[in-house]
Parts: sequence; C-alpha cells; structure tokens
Amino acid sequence: MADNAVKRNAPTPWTDGASAPLIHFEGISKRFGDFVAVDHVDLAIYPGEFFSLLGASGCGKTTLLRMLAGFETPTGGRILIDGVDMTGIPPYERPVNMMFQSYALFPHMSVEDNIAFGLKQDGLAKAVIRDKVARSLDLVQMSRFAGRKPHQLSGGQRQRVALARCLAKEPKVVLLDEPLAALDKKLREQTQLELVNIQDRVGITFVMVTHDQGEAMTMSSRIGLMNAGRIEQVGSPVEIYEYPGSRFVADFIGAANMFEGTVKGGGGRLAIACPELAHDLEVAHADPLPAGSAVTVMVRPEKMMISRDKPEAGLNWAEGVVADIAYLGDVSIYHVRLTSGRKVQALQTNLRHTEEQRLTWDDAVHLSWHPANALVLTR
Amino acid sequence: MKAVSGRAGRFLVGLAPYAWLVLFFLIPFLIVFKISLSEARMGIPPYMPLVEWADGAVAQWHISLAGYGALFSDDLYALAYLSSLRLAAIATIGCLLLGYPAAYAIARSPGHVRQPLLMLVALPFWTSFLIRVYAWIGILKNEGLLNMALQALGIIDEPLQILETDWAVSIGMIYSYLPFMILPLYATLEKMDLSLLEAAADLGCKPFKAFLAVTLPLSMPGIIAGSMLVFIPAVGEFVIPDLLGGPDTLMIGKVLWAEFFDNRDWPAASAVAVAMLVVLVVPIMAFQHFETKRAEREG
Ligand SMILES: Nc1ncnc2c1ncn2[C@@H]1O[C@H](COP(=O)(O)OP(=O)(O)O)[C@@H](O)[C@H]1O
Ligand SMILES: [Mg+2]
Repeated sequence: MADNAVKRNAPTPWTDGASAPLIHFEGISKRFGDFVAVDHVDLAIYPGEFFSLLGASGCGKTTLLRMLAGFETPTGGRILIDGVDMTGIPPYERPVNMMFQSYALFPHMSVEDNIAFGLKQDGLAKAVIRDKVARSLDLVQMSRFAGRKPHQLSGGQRQRVALARCLAKEPKVVLLDEPLAALDKKLREQTQLELVNIQDRVGITFVMVTHDQGEAMTMSSRIGLMNAGRIEQVGSPVEIYEYPGSRFVADFIGAANMFEGTVKGGGGRLAIACPELAHDLEVAHADPLPAGSAVTVMVRPEKMMISRDKPEAGLNWAEGVVADIAYLGDVSIYHVRLTSGRKVQALQTNLRHTEEQRLTWDDAVHLSWHPANALVLTR
Repeated sequence: MKAVSGRAGRFLVGLAPYAWLVLFFLIPFLIVFKISLSEARMGIPPYMPLVEWADGAVAQWHISLAGYGALFSDDLYALAYLSSLRLAAIATIGCLLLGYPAAYAIARSPGHVRQPLLMLVALPFWTSFLIRVYAWIGILKNEGLLNMALQALGIIDEPLQILETDWAVSIGMIYSYLPFMILPLYATLEKMDLSLLEAAADLGCKPFKAFLAVTLPLSMPGIIAGSMLVFIPAVGEFVIPDLLGGPDTLMIGKVLWAEFFDNRDWPAASAVAVAMLVVLVVPIMAFQHFETKRAEREG
C-alpha cells in the first residue's frame, strides 16, 4: 500500500502556481509543405514529471518531441528549456537526451562505448567516464553485457542500453519516443513499471511519446492528449479519464457511453432532455449552462449498474435488453440495446464464483447511474 | 523429365557459375601456368611442349624454371612490380579522396536526384575506354587544353610536362577507376541509418566529429570494396600507362606486353603473369578474410 501511495502523494507543481516550468512550448507549430503536423501547441512541463504525449499515429507527437531535441525547426513559436530559448540551438548543445524509437545504438561500438560516447563529448576524465558508465549500466541492470555489441543483445536489452546512454549524461530532460513499442506484451508491462522506478530514482524529467493509452495511464504524472497536431487536453491520468474535456478525449481514453441532449435547466445539477431516453437525465455540473444548450452526457461503462430490478429513486436509468456479453473472467461487459435501438456498454466485476441470477442474453435489464458519475460535455 | 526439372535442374543451375569459372578462368590460368614452365624456343608456338612421347612410349619431360629465373635475374621485374603497386596505390588513394565526397553527396541528396546522379557516374561507360584515355592525351599534352588554360591564366609560363610521366598515368587511372570507387561507397553510405547521426548529435557530438566517429567506421566495408575494385585492376593496367606514360613508366602490364610481343619469350611472359596473379591474389585473400570476420562480428 505504502508503495502505491508514493505516486499519489507526489508533488503536483503544475497546480501550485509557484513552480517554473522546465519545458515551455509557446505557440509551437510545424508545417511540412502544406501539411500542418503540429498546430499552435502551448504546453508547460515541470521538473521531475513523467509526461506523456498520447495520441493516434500521425497526430504529431514525434514531431513535437523532435522539435524539443532540436532535430526539427519549428515554423512558429518557441521552446524554452529551463528558461532558455532553444531557437537556433543545435541538438548537440541542448540539455536533453533522446531515446530513439529504433534505439539508434552505434552498431560498431560495444555497449560500454555506446554509453561512454556522450560522456566523451563532454571531455570528462577517463576515470569519471568509467565510473558513470558503470553506474548507468548498473541502473538498467546491464553490467554483465558491457562488452557486447548491440547485435548480440535482445530487443529488451537494447532498449535498456539506449536508456542507459540517455541517462549517463544526466540531462535535464530525457525524451522517449515509443520506448516500449518494440517489446512484446509481457516484457512491455514489466518495463513500464521499471521505467517509472528508474525515473523516480534519477529524478530526471521524462517526456514520453506513446500511442498506447494503457502505457500512458500507467506511467505518467500527466498526459498531453494530442489530436491532429493540437493538444486536446492536459491532465493527470485520473483527470483525463474521469473528467475528459471533450467528446474526443472521452472517446479516445477508455470506453464511453454518450447521450446527446438539450439542457432544460437547473443549477449545480442540470436536467437534460435526451430524445433517446424515456426520461430526463440529471447530471452534476458546476458551471451553469443556459437552457437549450446542446450537450453530450457521458457515462463510463463501469459507472453503470445493471440489474433486472427497477433502480432506486434519485438515479438516472435506462431500459433495454442484453444483446451481447463479453465475459473476461474478472469482469463482464454487457452490451445492452436500449429501446431506441442504441447499444450501451456496462461493466461489472464478477464478485462471486457463481451468481444465482447471472444475466444472460435477451434479459430485460435496467441500467442506472448516479448523477455525480456522469459528465456533461459541451465540445 | 520431371525429376530432371526438379533437384537435378537446381543442381545444374548451381553448377553454372562454377562451370563458367573453370572454363574461362581456371583453364586459361592452367595453360598460362603450363607455358611458364616450358622451355622457350624459336618457332610456332614459341615454346617446347612439356612432355614429349619419344618412340610412342617413353615420356620425356621438358620442365624449365627459366621463365621464373628471369624474374629474379633481372631487377626490371621487381622494379616493375613495385612501380605497379605504387601507381595502383596512388590511384586508389586518389579515387578514395575524390570518390568519398562524391558518394557521400549522392547518398545524402534528395531521393529524386540520386538516380540521375548515379547515372552520371556510370555515364562514361557508354563511351569506349580507349577513346576516353586518348582524350586525356589531348588534355594533358604540352600544347593541350590543361597547359593552354594554365598559361592563359598566367599561372605558368612554360608548359608543364605531364604527359608521358607517372603523373599522367595516375590521373588517367584515377579518372578511369573512379566509378568503381563511388558505387560501392554509395551503396554503404546510402543504407546507413541516419538516426545514428541524430543520436550522435543528441549526445553532444558536432557534425564533423560524428562523421569521423560514426559515418566513417560504418562505411569501412564500402571503402574496402571500392579500394579492392580499383587497386586490383590498376596493378595490372596496360592501356593507361601505354598511352599516357612515358618510356620511364614501369608497369608490370607493359613488361608483360613487351615479353609476349616484342621478345616473344612466352615462358618468361607467362611467369610474369603468374607472379602478378600471386601479387593480386594476396590482397583479394586479405579482403575476403576481413569481410568474413566483419560479417561474423556484425552477425
Ligand atoms: N519530415 C517530414 N516530412 C513530411 N511530413 C512529415 C515529416 N515528418 C512527419 N511528417 C508528417 O507529420 C505527421 C506527424 O508525424 P509524427 O509526428 O511522426 O506522428 P506521430 O509520432 O504522432 O505518429 C504525419 O502525418 C507525418 O506524415
Ligand atoms: Mg511517432
């Protein structure tokens, strides 16, 4: 328990207003010819963060990262690292190190020489270099392989060497482009936690690019969700999942049931008329919205209770029949067809071995959820 | 029929290159080797048969090492070998110095201009080699284009004697063999993973240092292949020293020619040829050795 609590109690410098960001993207854009790959990104990343840029393939994540490393020149805006404007500063003078998606280990050099390469550029003394190389290798548990060439290593080992090579220079920021994409599933899950542990130990700010939402959720202090060159939302994994700011985010992260509706009125709790449902929905919402506004009500599948009985008063509910059941062992996902014909997902934990009244296909059911567990989306 | 088209067919196809090598390389070499061991004589052919069958039964051997003896008795041969190696080395280094930047520039140019540039490198092959070497006489001779241009620019007063010197031979060989250097170099440079250079820059390495630390070592296979392709034929080159060189230009190809056609001493000429093969086989073996070792290392 104590171990799990570490991350939760970690400082959140982005909320306290006093901390200065380590990395500041100010209106950064990048076009390739007519194509806009990155579109006016404003983003602040704070010291010690594990920040993930998450988004579908082609949305501009790598381009943003490469501008930070200095491999691409922004066509607009500027990037500050530790308060210093990086415009015109070549990659070899930036205080960042990148772990490439292909790892880009030098094939003609041993593991040791690969890691020493960056340190030699700094003109450090031989003994210091040897010491730092040994420590980096130890950190990623690759000391035994110091003399090997990259081609004599497995994919996972190469990934560790690439990481060690970044960390050896003790940069202000480590950039990781899909660091785990080339690993198989099991190794990937192990490595996720290990990477977070290493980052915790060295205390260097990590900026990671990934298209895997599970990876981003597991590893990050905050996530920047990207869509078509723009940052759609920035927030902690919990914020992004529980309070998505838009339909796109709600849809991208996890599964979401969405009902289109119109605000009828109310403050603190909105009453929303949904043509798809037999009755009005009640949703907790802090900001007042004028009556008549078109909104979307979003409910996550696990926040929907499913049962044959009529729900108690005060809950939102919908009626339907079970159309499909995905039994996953720990949980089951019920696809319920509403009277309107729409399908809605509800997720339930399978708490007991045997359920006397296990739901089955074509059962008539009620779905219900608490007003506080739904969300009103206006974009 | 079916069985033949299957395994036997594959076997025959696999055999074809060996048959080619045996027919056109091994057999001619054995003939030359045989002549090199024969006794010279006046007549046609200008050497004795190795074995004579006297009275139909008794074999009479006529083996002579005089051809090889000549190689050592006259230091002309040793000097010619050394001079050939020296000129071939100059040609190789010259090709490397000119060819590397050219190959590098082509490999790093945008995709759509690479093919036209490679075509330009191969373009000279469309014209006869002999004519291209002749053209160099027009450029290099005392009243040739180069001297006229230098004089017109006021850089020199008297024409430079370039033609009929080793300079002209070196220039001719560098010119002729340059494509053989550029093409293998291009092949290795083109397939190099450019993210390695980004990684080097990322780790604090400036571009020129990154070239020395990453690009150069990784292009070593191309450097070696190109150097072999230039050096080996350059050692045995005959046409270029004959046309561009002077009476003092000593190259083994010229000695070979003189031995065959002027002296009509076929055994001695064959011995020179066999010795030249040995001089050339050594670097080839070294090359092969290096290549297999590298392949083992890189996996
Ligand atoms: N050098 C380039 N030239 C032209 N288009 C590019 C270049 N690099 C990236 N792009 C385009 O920019 C978009 C974003 O690319 P990228 O940042 O690699 O996406 P991601 O990493 O999110 O998958 C893609 O559509 C890609 O085709
Ligand atoms: Mg990418």
